[in-house]
Amino acid sequence: MAFSTTLYNTFFQRNSVFFSTVFAGAFVFGIGFDTGVTAFYDRWNRGKQWKDIRHKYSETAAEEAE
Amino acid sequence: MLSRQLGAGALRRGASLPAFRQKNALNLSRGLAVRNASTASSSAFESFLNSRLTLVSVSLFTAGSVAWYTHLYGSLPFLAQVHASHASDEGLHPPEYPWDHKGILNTFDHASIRRGYQVYREVCAACHSLDRIAWRNLVGVSHTVDEVKAMAEEVEYQDGPDDEGEMFMRPGKLADYMPNPYANESAARAGNAGSLPPDLSLIIKARHGGADYVYSIITGYVDPPPAGVEIREGMSYNPFFPGGALGMARVLYDGLVDFEDGTPATASQMAKDVVTFLSWAAEPEHDERKKNGIKAVILFSALTLISLYVKRFKWTPLKNRKLIYDPPVDKKH
Repeated sequence: MAFSTTLYNTFFQRNSVFFSTVFAGAFVFGIGFDTGVTAFYDRWNRGKQWKDIRHKYSETAAEEAE
Repeated sequence: MLSRQLGAGALRRGASLPAFRQKNALNLSRGLAVRNASTASSSAFESFLNSRLTLVSVSLFTAGSVAWYTHLYGSLPFLAQVHASHASDEGLHPPEYPWDHKGILNTFDHASIRRGYQVYREVCAACHSLDRIAWRNLVGVSHTVDEVKAMAEEVEYQDGPDDEGEMFMRPGKLADYMPNPYANESAARAGNAGSLPPDLSLIIKARHGGADYVYSIITGYVDPPPAGVEIREGMSYNPFFPGGALGMARVLYDGLVDFEDGTPATASQMAKDVVTFLSWAAEPEHDERKKNGIKAVILFSALTLISLYVKRFKWTPLKNRKLIYDPPVDKKH
């Protein structure tokens, strides 16, 4: 009960807080989800994408990598 | 009265067998000339089976199925047919190859795209155009900006008019599209004994079998053709090509190009690379599309699960409620 009470008092009691929580949550989730999926995708396709091989061809990128 | 008889006979014998009980009730009630609902419904089923409407609709359904089959497959079902042509005249089905980009999670192998571009430029581009790909499309896919700029500058493009109304030639830039080997279609046909080399931008999407088919065509030449197959002068036999006679001769032989990354340039390696390049040309959005697909599947599955849960949650009281008939109390008025 204590948890739900705290939850209610923190997020749901004031509409302004609830509203901004939803938007901030969506923003954070969007970035996190995108980062997570991209990390998995790059891991799965390691060595195949352009960003994995560009250091072989671009001199500036090779310097940056070192 | 009926209930009293039931109570005496049937209920004692099997309270757990409702069907049996009902049958028993029928036997008991026959003498009372009471019609049970089950007998009424079975005669309704019989009259449905024998009705004219049923006959007509079943006939229509059958005729429709046959017509649909004939429309789909071009021949009547269950009738054997004889063809003047052989199945091989329509081209062999290409085998499936394990492409790097096959599967819902896999991107293109971009090193392969780079080698494939080299093969296209040094071999295919002599006859085949690549209209829908601009130099800028290669940037960040297989080459760096500086490399692409240098490659584009080697080609002269017509531009203009200038201040005096004259068209002039200038070196290519990133926004220019890949140069066409022929000025127009007639020139292309004249240079290839009447055959038009197709534009390769969308060739992977434009052929049944896609990448497998194009790879099979490039590597599948049979020379000399098998006994009994006559090929005109200037044509080549390729079992994967419908009709078998292909205007393009075999072009890829081992060691035709020199790959800068040291990959041995066997004919099959070059074919694989150029087909990967053409797959990219047909679907430049491929890598991004698959990544978005992963996100969509995850999000929509989660939303589906949530909505299923919410449905069950909301319906629980409706599904589990019991309606109890509470008869009005006799007031003894």
